[in-house]
Amino acid sequence: MIGIRNVSQIYRTRAGDVEALREVSLEVADGEFVAIVGRSGCGKSSLLRLVAGLQEATSGEITVAGTTIRGPRRDIGFMFQRPALLPWRSVIDNVLLPTEVFKQDRRDARTRAHELLDLVGLNGFEKRLPHELSGGMQQRVSLCRALIQQPRVLLMDEPFSALDALTRADLTVELQRLQMKHASTVLFVTHSVDEAVLLADRVVVLSPRPGRLRQIVGIDIARPRSLGRDGHSAELGVLRAQLHDLLMTPEEVAR
Amino acid sequence: MTVTETRRTSRDKPGVAARWAQQLPPVLGVVAATALWWAITVVFEVESFILPSPVEVAQTMVEESAYLWDNTLVTLAETLLGFLMAIAIGVPLALIVTASRMLERTVYPLLLMLNAVPKVAVAPLLVVWMGFGQFPKVFLVFLVCFFPIVISTAAGLSSTPADLVELGRSLKTNWWQTFRMIRMPAAIPQLFVGLKLAITLAVIGAVIAEFVGATEGLGYAIVASGASADTALAFAAMILLGVMSVVLFYLLAAVERFFVPWADRS
Repeated sequence: MIGIRNVSQIYRTRAGDVEALREVSLEVADGEFVAIVGRSGCGKSSLLRLVAGLQEATSGEITVAGTTIRGPRRDIGFMFQRPALLPWRSVIDNVLLPTEVFKQDRRDARTRAHELLDLVGLNGFEKRLPHELSGGMQQRVSLCRALIQQPRVLLMDEPFSALDALTRADLTVELQRLQMKHASTVLFVTHSVDEAVLLADRVVVLSPRPGRLRQIVGIDIARPRSLGRDGHSAELGVLRAQLHDLLMTPEEVAR
Repeated sequence: MTVTETRRTSRDKPGVAARWAQQLPPVLGVVAATALWWAITVVFEVESFILPSPVEVAQTMVEESAYLWDNTLVTLAETLLGFLMAIAIGVPLALIVTASRMLERTVYPLLLMLNAVPKVAVAPLLVVWMGFGQFPKVFLVFLVCFFPIVISTAAGLSSTPADLVELGRSLKTNWWQTFRMIRMPAAIPQLFVGLKLAITLAVIGAVIAEFVGATEGLGYAIVASGASADTALAFAAMILLGVMSVVLFYLLAAVERFFVPWADRS
């Protein structure tokens, strides 16, 4: 579904060129959930923005559903680190924004918006304005907005990183449930090993400066997963430790 | 965050007693200032034509109520017409200015120069150009209000939050959609900053215009009362101007709260 081939990204700045990504290649299958982890500066957000068509790669090619990315596309949903809700629109109108931009059937869109809000536990909050909601609720609205356009590919850029630990855990569980239900293709950038092992089919580890593909770790554990007592904690623990080591040790030492 | 789940929303209004208590400080301020004024006139035995006591001013207000009311309406009409004209012309101009960097660089210096001209100096010229009717007064109000409205609207339009701009890009909104759904509503709080500044200046503009060649209005009433040394009447007119300014400002603030309840909170 997503093909990333030999992608490099170099930012030209006044202080000289900064190499953000070097020769990254990755294939994501239809319905697969891939997490990208790495330390800050490894270019993981750059990679996601390239797939979203928000910026252009210096070299290499990216395809989604067989066609090359040349700019933002309607079949690709993007969820930002911050909720980025329009503060003057109610919850429901924020969710409906993409359908208005794409001029889709109103009644149909409303029905879907209500279903999505129901799914993330926000029924009864449709008429509220964003500032009346907590950070976690705002990010749930943002998720609904990304899902309403029924994207083939959902890109998530550290979507829970601005939230407190418990709200994060809640949203991770909800996202897992949504993913089990809809099985859309997801590329999920995070710096949290826990989120990665709970959510992903495969975890891509990038090494920093310049960002290169270091290792891909398959998470072959049945869903629903949990970090609690009941949820395959032994297997998850092993994978967590492995990812932790990959992130904490520099490549040179590990070799 | 779990704590902010209980954040106070606009739905939980404070109780009636609490709301009255909130009105107490401004009322106290006015009462105290009036008491001080009154005390000064009594203690220093100030002549009435130099500084009339609040009691005398109040008496004048009652005795001359019809005259003062008529003139208040005249000044109010000039103020509102000029203010609305400034909105009608200033807001579209801000749109044009922010549409292109070239235009911005062409128009801004002119606007700055226009604003730097003392409006008191323009007032007599307006009489020469436009006569003694109401229009030169309305026009001066327009001149005074125009600048803050253009500047604040332009600032609002060119400072759309980066994450909302990015959202628009990711949805591939066209120029008009971006403008209508994102940039324009995002600029409204800034627009109100300019409007609130402009409305306080508007009253001053009207009075300046009435000082030169007017036959009615509160500004004219002040000038006329000076000729007959009726200082109490001048004070009554000035108080009415102050009250008008305050009322217009808070009306505008109420309009803002009604239409932009999300401002300052996001």
